[in-house]
Amino acid sequence: MMDLLNILLSESFWAASLRIATPLIFGVLGALICERAGVLNLGIEGIFVVGAMCGWMAVWLGAGLWGGVLAAAAAGALFGLLHAVLTVPLGLSQHVSGLGITLFATSVSYFTYRTALPNVSSPPRIEPFQALDIPLLSDLPFLGPVLFQQTALTWLALLMVALVWYVMNRTALGVAIQAVGDNPDSVDAQGLSVYGLRIGAIVAGSALMALGGAFLTMSAFDAFFFGMVNGRGWVCIALVIFASWRPGKALFGALLFGAFDALQVRLQTEMGALVPGQIFLMAPYILSIIALVIAARSADYPRALLTPWFKGQR
Amino acid sequence: MTDSTVLRLNGLSKRFGPVVANDDVSLTLAKGEVLALLGENGAGKTTLMNMLFGHYLPDAGSVEVADENGVLHSLPLGHPQAALAAGVGMVHQHFALAENINALDNITLGSEPLLALRRNRQAARAKIEGIIEHSGLKAPLNTPVGRLSVGERQRVEILKALYRDARILVLDEPTAVLTPQEADTLFENIKAMTREGLSVIFISHKLREVLAFSDRIAVLRHGRKVGEMATADADEKAIARMMVGADTPKVARTDMAPGAPVLNLSGISVSGRYKRDTLKGIDLEVNAHEILGIAGISGNGQSALANVISGLAAPSAGHIQVDGTKVPKPSPAAMVKAGIGRIPEDRHHEGIVGAMSVAENMVIERLDDPEVQSRGLLRRDAIRDNAERLAKAYDVRGPGVTASSRLLSGGNIQKLILARVFERAPRLILANQPTRGLDMGAAAEVGRRLLEARERGAGVVLISEDLDEILGLADRIMVIRDGNLVEAGSHDREKIGLMMAGEPA
Repeated sequence: MMDLLNILLSESFWAASLRIATPLIFGVLGALICERAGVLNLGIEGIFVVGAMCGWMAVWLGAGLWGGVLAAAAAGALFGLLHAVLTVPLGLSQHVSGLGITLFATSVSYFTYRTALPNVSSPPRIEPFQALDIPLLSDLPFLGPVLFQQTALTWLALLMVALVWYVMNRTALGVAIQAVGDNPDSVDAQGLSVYGLRIGAIVAGSALMALGGAFLTMSAFDAFFFGMVNGRGWVCIALVIFASWRPGKALFGALLFGAFDALQVRLQTEMGALVPGQIFLMAPYILSIIALVIAARSADYPRALLTPWFKGQR
Repeated sequence: MTDSTVLRLNGLSKRFGPVVANDDVSLTLAKGEVLALLGENGAGKTTLMNMLFGHYLPDAGSVEVADENGVLHSLPLGHPQAALAAGVGMVHQHFALAENINALDNITLGSEPLLALRRNRQAARAKIEGIIEHSGLKAPLNTPVGRLSVGERQRVEILKALYRDARILVLDEPTAVLTPQEADTLFENIKAMTREGLSVIFISHKLREVLAFSDRIAVLRHGRKVGEMATADADEKAIARMMVGADTPKVARTDMAPGAPVLNLSGISVSGRYKRDTLKGIDLEVNAHEILGIAGISGNGQSALANVISGLAAPSAGHIQVDGTKVPKPSPAAMVKAGIGRIPEDRHHEGIVGAMSVAENMVIERLDDPEVQSRGLLRRDAIRDNAERLAKAYDVRGPGVTASSRLLSGGNIQKLILARVFERAPRLILANQPTRGLDMGAAAEVGRRLLEARERGAGVVLISEDLDEILGLADRIMVIRDGNLVEAGSHDREKIGLMMAGEPA
């Protein structure tokens, strides 16, 4: 028991939680924007892979770290556009299209990686984002190591939470996105383009998802591996329901999951002799399922989620 | 009122596949005028207005709208934005409101620049409050629309149009969901606005309100305009004839002494998540040879009542008797077995299985009948013969009894359901909104069949939001409001309307 308390009070535990949460924050925000507009984007897992690969490769080719971030976002936006065209004007099943995008995006990423680097045994490394060392602030006790020794991408993720919240709740664009996910007819009757809003939301959301992948290769690690995304996209799909489609709760959900994950790593080293390690690996997922069961009962689904809309049919 | 024309529709036509929805329809509207567009369901009223508003692209014809100076300009077709800009506002029958955002946001949606970083909500609010003061259309602006009443939502819809400076307002069946009193208030508001120069077209199939509130009437039938007249010269019978194309057969109704009780509900409570799924300890008795009408505004517990009677919802308290015997464990199968026939509210989803054939749908409630199956195998020939016979007897038209039932029109689906229900000669018939969306001919047929069943000795529970239908068919009327059921005690429209609204009569 003492051990658990020690873990929970340690700076490194909270710093790790925030680090683990960062890609999830990007992913949940991306999924949130898509679903607020009424479209489920199960392409998220593949878009994470694309973002991880493209970001890393752009840096490896000499584009610079922020060039890599842009490349990842652009690649994510492109796959988002494909999903948007299939599900919005063509009105195909959002599940099928999304899973197809995930399979396609993952394969294309691996294929590109292998074609570009046919003969390497260990993945080439890049110089990743370094922790921002802010004078004074990073010397603060506790808060310093937790908050102020993170990389720029973590800060970008936190900034995005505020930005998405502001756009959704304080701008006409955000109101229109909420409306198109609730009742597309309301938007159409007021002369706005349902297709335009939905496609735009999916493209923007997918670009954010890709940043989650880019964080993995450009901040958490320094190279691209197969299988490195490892279900993080799917976790975001669950977290967005947990968050009830609200940016603030999305941040909370991502942090909660990050904390579970950071905790299991530490418990594994503490108690690994007593309990099989796989139990700890499962723990964050089991805990998220439990959290989801509790939260999803009162979740406020966008009413038009999963429902295609066609112009001229009302 | 001036004679200046504000709107002219020239020869509008629209086809959907082989169906002609509108054929060469021309109309004019003068400034400050209220034009009623009258016709049966499927006559093409809504299609015509959707072409005016740009939701549909006409196959032929043109639309001209006057600008502020009264000069007519041709309107680009197929663009709602263009119609809005020209001053045409439309209030749809199915409200086009986003329920997760508030009324203010719904009203301003689309009129602000999307990419602006800040919204000027103060200015918007001031303008809306000005309109509310002028028109009397009161609605709370800060509450999510999902929590507003139907009447409030409709006022928000009209405010949406007025906020866009509409000079021409199109209302599609505006009173379908209102109590008679709410409807009267709405029309008084509209009248007030027309005195300030607003021109209004409203779609309706209720003769009573058309005669009371319009200046001029245009009648559509089968997509064509078949008549137009000043309301002052209009004659109710002549209009009805024009709408249907023939005299409607007056439903013959003889007085009848009620027999023994066939259905008893005592102290039935249902606790649902929403108001429409909740009943608060109701008592109800229906006798043989009796039609009991349940009046009420939608969402006051009608679905819960229907679900209890058909066995779909288990009451949390109280018990059900059919023919004097208590139904121990109500379930859909038990209620069918006890002799209850169900005409469901949503005939497309709850009434038929769309992917199955007409013939299969006709026997779907008696699959254990030896006429239908023997030793677990369906007797397909017998099922088809049965369907052929019923289709003839109940005039079910469509591509044949072996075709998928989803290919039938709404009226024919209803006839299919009537055939299925009435063939089993049920002790009690539960008819939930049986004529909603049907044209006059099909609606009259439903009424005739219900009266026939009553004559045979069945009891009928008729749940309807159409008060005229209840007044015309029911022997006894009860009003459902907020999960409570009370005896109306008379056929007085005014009194029942007040009870529906929850005011002491």
